Amino acid sequence: MKLLQLSPGDLRRQLAGPGVWLRTGPFSLRVRSDIPSVGEGLAHLYGQFEVRSAHEAFADFHVSVDASAGLRRWFRPQARFSFDGLQPFKPLPRDQAFPMLEWGLNWCVSTQAHQYLIIHAAVVEKNGLAAILPAPPGSGKSTLAAALVLSGWRLLSDELTLIDRATGLIQPLPRPVSLKNQSIDVIRNFDSEAYINRASHDTIKGTVAHMRPPRDSVLRQHEPAQPRWVIFPKWEAGASTRLTPRSQAQTFMFLAQNAFNYSHLGADGFRVGTALIDQCSCFDFRYSDLDEAIAAFEHLSQTADESA
Amino acid sequence: MNRDLLVRTLRTPDAITRFSMGEWDTLIRQARAAGLLARLAHHFRRHDLERAVPASVRWHLAAARTLADKQRTAVRWELQQIQAALAGLALPLVALKGAAYVAADSPAADGRLFNDIDILVPRERLAEVENALMLAGWHGTHLTDYDKRYYRRWMHELPPMQHVQRQTVIDVHHALLPDTARYHPDSAKLFSRAVAVADMPGIAVLAPEDRILHSATHLFHDGELPHGLRDLTDIDLLLREADAPDFWPRLLARAEELQLRRSLFYALRYLDRFLDTPVPDSVHAALRDAAPGQLTLALMDAVFARALAPDHTSCEDAFTPAARLAAYVRAHWLRMPMHLLIPHLFHKAFVSPYLENQSPRAA
Repeated sequence: MKLLQLSPGDLRRQLAGPGVWLRTGPFSLRVRSDIPSVGEGLAHLYGQFEVRSAHEAFADFHVSVDASAGLRRWFRPQARFSFDGLQPFKPLPRDQAFPMLEWGLNWCVSTQAHQYLIIHAAVVEKNGLAAILPAPPGSGKSTLAAALVLSGWRLLSDELTLIDRATGLIQPLPRPVSLKNQSIDVIRNFDSEAYINRASHDTIKGTVAHMRPPRDSVLRQHEPAQPRWVIFPKWEAGASTRLTPRSQAQTFMFLAQNAFNYSHLGADGFRVGTALIDQCSCFDFRYSDLDEAIAAFEHLSQTADESA
Repeated sequence: MNRDLLVRTLRTPDAITRFSMGEWDTLIRQARAAGLLARLAHHFRRHDLERAVPASVRWHLAAARTLADKQRTAVRWELQQIQAALAGLALPLVALKGAAYVAADSPAADGRLFNDIDILVPRERLAEVENALMLAGWHGTHLTDYDKRYYRRWMHELPPMQHVQRQTVIDVHHALLPDTARYHPDSAKLFSRAVAVADMPGIAVLAPEDRILHSATHLFHDGELPHGLRDLTDIDLLLREADAPDFWPRLLARAEELQLRRSLFYALRYLDRFLDTPVPDSVHAALRDAAPGQLTLALMDAVFARALAPDHTSCEDAFTPAARLAAYVRAHWLRMPMHLLIPHLFHKAFVSPYLENQSPRAA
């Protein structure tokens, strides 16, 4: 059963009661919340995801976002994220309850799922080949990833690139795409059909909203992809679209430093990371125009074999 | 009811072949809360039960083992850094608890997770040790002035020291228990029987009996017991590892010598109840006179049945909060005489929370 088949009333009751069992990529979640905006966010963004009865027996992550008790319920209301009783973050204003769930889920995966090398990067796929887009915040990585998946690329993840340590393949985790500040309007203008939820303002990252992942990406969330490119995007006002090769060694160092768990994996982290880089062409990518950027990626995808 | 599912699984791991997915869900959650996921993974391997773990559950155990393996390597390396920092002082450096199990390559190191590294140094060298560690990059953690004074004046250890770059934390002890405790084993006796670690020059560990006694003492004198069950499984593994023919008489004699028979009594009592650890009847009998009165014992059983359980909602009953509070107060009562304890608990209950609320504004 898909989440969109649950009536809003059922969804709200289950969230406030035993919780909703939900599958995202390789992980099963049990989500509970007594805050209405969390149910709203789930209904708007997770419609295509599989849900099961709240009594489904096993869940990887038991998470909740709840209203703080006491005075805080009424006075400057707050939301608290909890991972099975553990609260890794300080409470946030209630308005940020849904983004808090998203950040909390990222935290669960990046601190627990060490069967993967987890790189802080967006990742998209076409014809079975994946482009990893690592980059510091503010470089336009999520914006580019959102535009790519609205142009026929498959969303594997907008934040967490999961490299399966056993196979070296990329495991999809196609959750909603996080958009910040100007990116929200940029993507609205890029594709008026794209669904973007209600923004939360004044978060630690500024204004944040989430874009619903394409239906096809969610349906294919169990289909891994071969890593093929590592591309560092950088949006620059007025820049012409330009793809420049960069050194594999340097790229490896960057990925290792920007992986959530590289140091936890010991020698195996090095093995998985170097095997990944060996299969990939690495580029710096500057752009200012999204349509041109998409065309450049299209060209890259069509010439995949030649540039190997 | 699955309140004791993790403990039952540690006792009789074969039961997992009949587990429902609901039981697996509870088991993994309890083990994670108790910091025992990786140890559970080793437990299943030892009992050749890895294939009985359902495919969708397996990664939790494997990932926890990955983390524990990495910590084991890191602890060895960190111990060598500490040894290098203190090399010039020519003093006996003894690794305690988890770090000792790693250094001695004991089964008690398998799947163990660490928060800090504990070392023991002679009390009269404490100031030199602190200076040398500071020169090598460890510095006092952010404690309130009250906490710092409390450590220096009453405790058996320096305030925790954290490395500037690696963020690793060392607890430097000069004794197993505070001076104010009812019993305080003589540290000189511990040093005299310490064992050098063959492949880690300059580092020693306590004698096997002392390691067990220390772990037992720590468990039954520590106030908050967040790792109570993990520490109990440590002792279980240490006891199962000990196979010298005269081990038990030596353990009993040493407990007497170090004034730690009561702690040993409790440890063996709860090991028997929780984990079915094999202990000869003669040993239980020999410790009978170290037991408290019937009433106290009944109360202790009620307290520890709850305080040693994983800190997870599925393990709680109506008495759990009271039991945890009782364990906290009892531990402090054992560690300090009443005229120190009352002001200390008062400070912790009323002044510390107030200061904590103030600090964000001051910062």
